[in-house]
Formats: sequence, C-alpha cells, structure tokens
Amino acid sequence: MSVMTKPAAATPKRGRKLPGWAIGMLGVAGAIALLSTTSYLTNFPQLTSSGTTQTAVRLALPILLAGLGGLWAERAGVVNIGLEGMMIMGTWGAAWAGYQWGPWAALVSAMVFGALGGLLHAIATVTFGVNHIVSGVAINLLGAGVTKYLSTLLFFPVSHNPRESPPVPKFDTYSAAGLTDWLATLENEQRVVLSDVAGILRGLLTGVSPLTMIAILLVPASYLVLWKTRFGLRLRSCGENPWAAESLGVNVYVHKYIAVIASGALAGIGGAALVLNPGQPGYLEGQTGGRGFIGLAAMIFGNWRPGGLLGGAALFGYADGLQLRSGGETVLALLYGAVILLGVLVILQLVRRKWFAAAFGIAAAVVLYFLYYSLDEIPSELTSYAPHMVTLVVLAVASQRLRMPAADGVVYRRG
Amino acid sequence: MGKLRGNLLPPALAIVFSALLCGLALVLSGANPLKAFGAMVNQVGEGSTAVDIINSTGIYYIAALAVAIGFQMNLFNIGVEGQYRIAAVVAAIFGGSVALPPGIHSLAIIIVAAVAGAAWAAIPAILKVTRGVNEVISTIMMNGIALGVAAYLIRRDVFGELRGNNIRTPEIAESGWVPGIPLGDNGTLFGLVFLAIALGVGYWVMMNRTRFGFELRASGESATAAAAGGVNAKKMILVSMLLSGAIAGLVSMPEILGRDHTYNLNFPGGIGFSGIAIALLGRNHPAGIAFGALLWAFLDKSGLALDNVGVPREIVTIMQGTIVLSVVVAYEVVRRFELASEQRRVGRELASAGGAA
Repeated sequence: MSVMTKPAAATPKRGRKLPGWAIGMLGVAGAIALLSTTSYLTNFPQLTSSGTTQTAVRLALPILLAGLGGLWAERAGVVNIGLEGMMIMGTWGAAWAGYQWGPWAALVSAMVFGALGGLLHAIATVTFGVNHIVSGVAINLLGAGVTKYLSTLLFFPVSHNPRESPPVPKFDTYSAAGLTDWLATLENEQRVVLSDVAGILRGLLTGVSPLTMIAILLVPASYLVLWKTRFGLRLRSCGENPWAAESLGVNVYVHKYIAVIASGALAGIGGAALVLNPGQPGYLEGQTGGRGFIGLAAMIFGNWRPGGLLGGAALFGYADGLQLRSGGETVLALLYGAVILLGVLVILQLVRRKWFAAAFGIAAAVVLYFLYYSLDEIPSELTSYAPHMVTLVVLAVASQRLRMPAADGVVYRRG
Repeated sequence: MGKLRGNLLPPALAIVFSALLCGLALVLSGANPLKAFGAMVNQVGEGSTAVDIINSTGIYYIAALAVAIGFQMNLFNIGVEGQYRIAAVVAAIFGGSVALPPGIHSLAIIIVAAVAGAAWAAIPAILKVTRGVNEVISTIMMNGIALGVAAYLIRRDVFGELRGNNIRTPEIAESGWVPGIPLGDNGTLFGLVFLAIALGVGYWVMMNRTRFGFELRASGESATAAAAGGVNAKKMILVSMLLSGAIAGLVSMPEILGRDHTYNLNFPGGIGFSGIAIALLGRNHPAGIAFGALLWAFLDKSGLALDNVGVPREIVTIMQGTIVLSVVVAYEVVRRFELASEQRRVGRELASAGGAA
C-alpha cells in the first residue's frame, strides 16, 4: 500500500541484481526519506501530512488507471492516444448509470463506455490498419462530441445544465479506525521521520473507497496477467514482433482486440474515479482535463512497466494534491527535494566516474536551487502541468534507457 | 481516372456515411434529421453566417496547412494546438506593448507570431533530432505546457489586465490592426483570410516546384530511399517542424488582428486538432484541405441553427469525429481494393501471356 512513494522505483534499472519488489521497497524508502528530509529542512510539514496524502491518492487514481490502459494497449503494440476520449466516455457513463443506480452501476457502466471507445480504436487500427495516432485523435474528438450530445439530451432535463450531470452517489469509504487514531497522535507529535511515515500511512488508510482498492489491485493484477500468464506472453509478443507471433500460431488480431478493449475499459474506470471522487458532484464537461494524456505520460515515465507506472502516477498525483491542499509555496519545497535527489544522484555518478552526467546533474541542481531561492511560490497555472514537464525531461535525459515495445505503433497486416 | 476515383471516392463515402450515422442518432433521439439538415443549410443565408464560414475556413485552412507539412514526411505535429496558442499570447502581448507605424506594426506582430510558433515547435524538433524522442508524445506534452504558460502570461500581475469578467492582454493599438472587408449586415471578412490563400499557394509551390518540397515528399514516401539519395533526414525534420510551427503560429492572426485585438480567456481552443482532421480529409493537398476547411467551418457555424429546431448542436462534433475516422478507413479500404484489383489484372495478363507462349 505505498501509492504515493514509489517514484524512484522507475529509475534504478541498472544492476538487475535485485528483484523488482526489492527495488520497489528501496524506492519507497528512499522517497519517504527524501520527503521527510525536505519537510524537515524547509519546515513544511504539509509535505507528508495525511491530508496531502489522501488528496494525492484521489488525484493519482485516474492517472493510474489511464496509464494502465495505455500499458495494456501499447504492450500489444497499439499506441493509444485516444485514452483521453475513452476516459471522457467513462466519466459520462459513470454519471449516467451512477445517478440512477448507484456507484457500482457507475463503475460497470464507465467500464462499458470506455471499452466501446476501445473497441472503436481496435476496429480502426487492427482491422482497417488506420494509423494509430490518427485514430486516437479522432476518438478524442468523438468522445468529447458524443458525451456533449448525450449530456444535452439526457442530463439537461434532470440537472437543468447541459454541462453537468445530476449528483452521483459515492462509494462508502472505510478507514482502519483504531490504527488511524494511533497514527494521528503520532503524526501530531511532529517527530522527525516517524511523524512523516505516520502521516503518509494515515493518509493512505483513511477514507479508502472500494474503487481505490480496485484501482490499486489492478496494478499487480495487470503485472500478473501480462507477465506471468501464457495469454500475457502472447499479448506482449504482439507488441514486440507480431509477424513472429503469428508464425508461432498466436492470433495477433484477437490479442490486439482484447488488449485495446481492456485498455478502453481501464481508461473508462479512470473516468469513473473522477466522477466518484468525493470532492466532485458528478459529471462535468471538460472534467478529465487532459488526464488521459497524463496517464500516458505516467506510463512512459514508468518505462512501460506497471511498477514504474504506479510510481509515475503517484508522483504526478502527489504534485497535484500538494498544490490543491497547500498552494504554490509548498510545491516550491518539492524543488528543494529535487535538488537533494539530484545531489545524491551526482554523488552516485561521481563514484561511477561518469563525469559528464555528474556535471549535468550539478548544473540542473544549481538551476533548480536558484529557482527555489528566487521564487516565492510556483504559479498555480504552471504546477498543473508539472507532469508534462517531468515527462519531457525524462524523455530528453533517459530516452536511451526507456524501452518501449519494439513494434509499438506499427500497423500489422496478416500476411 | 483511377487516381481521381481513389482520391475523391473515400471522402465522399465518409461524408455520406457520417451523415447517415448522425441521421440515425437524430432519429433515435426523436428528432427529424431532414429538418435539422434543412435548418443548417438555411442558416447559411442568415445574417453573417456565410461570412463567418469564410472567416473560419481561412483559420482552419492555416491550421491544416501547418499539420500537412509535417504529414508530408510522416511527422505528426500534434502540437499545432499548443503552437498557435503560445504564438497568439506572445504576439498579442508584443503587439499591445509596442508602438510602430501602421503596416509595420501588423507585419511585426505576424512575424513575432510565426517565430513564437516555430520556437514552440523547436523544442520537440530538437528533442527528436538529438535524443530520438517521439514527436507525438513530446508535442502532446508541449500542448499541455502551452495552456499553462498562456494562463500564466495573462495573469494580472504578469501581462494581463482585467476587463469586466474577462482577463486579457493589453489591447493592440489601431496601427497594428489588419482591417477587414465590411459587407454591411453580412459581417466583416477578415483581411487575413487572404493570408490563408497566399499560404495555400505558397504551400503548393513549395511542395511541387522546389527542391525542398521534393525532398520533403521523398522523405515521407521512403526515408531510407531519401537518405540514400543524399537527403539529410535530421535537417528535414528540423526544418519541416519549424516551418509547421511557424505556420501554426499564424492560425490566430486573422481573429486577433482583425477582430479581437487582444488575447483573452475566450480564446478558441481545439483548432489544432481540427487542423489534423482537415489535413487528413484533404490528403495534404492544398485544394483538398480548402474543401475540408470549408466543410468544417460550415458544420461549425451552421450547427448553431440546430438549437432552434430542438437538436443539440453537439451532433456536429460527432459528425466531424465520424468523418475523420471514416475517411481514413475509407482511404484504406479503397487502397486495399485497388491493390487487389491491380494484382488480379497483372495475374490475368501474365496468364494470357503465358498461354500465348
């Protein structure tokens, strides 16, 4: 249950001596250490408060689910730019079923609506061999259009606003009562590290809805299905080399169809996570706000792997949550944290005698520290787009280390 | 004959198919599709709609040209959306804060817009050339950042000012305006619609009559063959991306210099994505794009009439989305069909030749 603290899990892919879970644990520990050091040095306890963590989890869920959707499609070799459109379909579906029959119906309906978008993408890209990007762009246009049309048609008579659905009932949330009380006292004592860990844990354990649990369980589930089953191996082989897969008797079309439909369903659940967020009344036009694209960014950040993706979603959700809870000056403290992180990396590079990388790291750290020193706060207009900037930096710095599926985006025709 | 059929049949099929689909959607929601379509056609004659359509066509045309330049060499500039927004903000701020003689002022604003658009496109271009970063991903990210930067730049403590409920950049002085052609009750034609036409002609000349255009198309047809022919792939990527960005920067100029004279919160978004759709519809051909832009503008502006007959006008967006998707499917189906018939023809000829021998 370490949703918010795995950003480092994506980076150390070097030695291959440690198993994945150990790297993950190390990443979590490192991230907690980093955050608590930063919050101690900059005197911003909000960095690790339970409130921030809780908001971060809620904001990370849609990104996580969209990212998982991207993972499924791209592992089968279909680039899915249409995640945003499928997510919009999901929000509409969730609200439409949700206000009438409750949150579980909302979840199922969001899945179905998202999957319909996925089906369309699959028909266009797999059967008709349309360029994946083109089809994705079209689906984004269509998703927005269809939901606007349907909202005017079906929501307007009830809610008297064509851009909004009637209020949607939410899931009951659960908290581990005894445990969280104890963690609360620990958090309020403001002890170094201990209180930080308590704050994060309390945020993770308070107000957990079934949707949160499902979303988080979907990460290991995706890993197990895609990497530990015969079906998953075949699916991934379609993304690596569909011609070889076909020659070994794998039905590439069927696997791609399943993957893209699953991708749409996951993006749809991501949409449901937005509608069923306790802070939201229901469906709102433009509610997704590019989160489908951020999900894609999280997936790239995570190097097309579920664990890294979780880290990316957690990082992006955390930055968003911090901004929402405590404003721009706290986000500025994150810059300080980035400087510390860079410092550690520079020392590592120096030990490895990579002078160029170390110099680059020092330069970046100096720039970041200068920003931290000279600014009072990060303008809120820009913090929402932090994921985009992080993704560009990751792509620019680590593009040689990222490894996408070999036949990703290639149009495959059965010979 | 065959070529013409291959180029004209698919869009026609796609438009008919989407019209049928939207008609079906209207019937299912209890409306009369014929009445809705009639209202849309009648709307063209009402008030300033016809002129609005022409103005809007010009804007879409520029956006689609920007996309098409990238498409010619299989480069996906999804970032037109962000490039034209950044260019609009920067140009509006520049135009509102300098005083220049008439003519030079507007020219300077247009140049600044083109440079800003190109600069915003330069980041993905450089990332692609030096680090091999896929331009689709990087331009999507740049689109998001453009939204943030634009919102930041028009903050009241940065460059913006508050007018009523709206935040906007300082108004451009009259010396920077490009006057339109007033048509009385029918509205005013933007002067810069002619810029769109000039760009279209320039695009055709560049593609068909210059060495650069040839190399661009060659890189699109086969990157390896072009490289073998001495085309510098990296240079082509960089130049075409910058050119695409510069043209994208001009997208908002007709509106800003012809009507709004400022960048404000009501700035229209989504034109870049429409440009992608229109470039696909027009198959990157200047005339085809003009037709696509006209269709898009007609759907947009006439769609406003749908509210009067009790049909949600968003059906128009659905229609646009369906057109894009079905036109690419139709091109692919027609291509496969012609490939198959070609194979059959060759097969027949070979068989008869073999029989004769």
